[in-house]
Amino acid sequence: MPATVRVRFFARYAELMGRSEATVSLSLPATVGDVVRRLREDFPGAGALPERPLAAVNMKHVKLDARVQDGDEVALLPPIAGG
Amino acid sequence: MTHVTRDVLSLDRLIAEVAAPTFGGTCVFLGTVRNGPDEQGVTAIEYSAYEDMVEAEFGRLLADARGRWPEARIAVRHRLGTIPVGEASIAIVAAAPHRALAFEACRYVIEGVKQRIPVWKKELRVDGSEVWVDPAGHPTAKPSHV
Repeated sequence: MPATVRVRFFARYAELMGRSEATVSLSLPATVGDVVRRLREDFPGAGALPERPLAAVNMKHVKLDARVQDGDEVALLPPIAGG
Repeated sequence: MTHVTRDVLSLDRLIAEVAAPTFGGTCVFLGTVRNGPDEQGVTAIEYSAYEDMVEAEFGRLLADARGRWPEARIAVRHRLGTIPVGEASIAIVAAAPHRALAFEACRYVIEGVKQRIPVWKKELRVDGSEVWVDPAGHPTAKPSHV
């Protein structure tokens, strides 16, 4: 079953990607790790992203083996540096 | 309730949010932009965030804190945008019947911020360079445009 997810990039990752978001289509079942792999295949700037970045789905921290669903918002998060 | 602002942080406002006659201790943590010996001519830090998630994650973090210290009240604001050296980027105020609870709750929240709240900072230096800061608080090895 095909799914489309919105992927958001922040801070240094947005600079590396040259964009703040992208749309990725992939077949389900799929994980956040699959989304990262697809990005690295389809977007030139994504090769500079770490293979295992921090990630969130629908604004919750997740591991890369978390499943994604159609319509999810996936975020790739540079190392957190708040405070 | 919003936990982010682009304005100068107001401690008075945060203290008022948590104040109660039954509270005997209020612990305040202020995180400020520094230019210390380990920095290289920092004039300001530019803070950016995944703002929707910041709000959601602060909600979860404060709910966790309330679960641990139900007697305490906690208020927090994270400032975003360009913040000059010496000004505060985050303020946390925890009030409780006794000081030990207030200290513990305040410490819990700032440590949670460091681990969970999706905020990033870029040092703006006197020589014009801009450098992303890693989570340990040190600049990344490469300049931001690489």
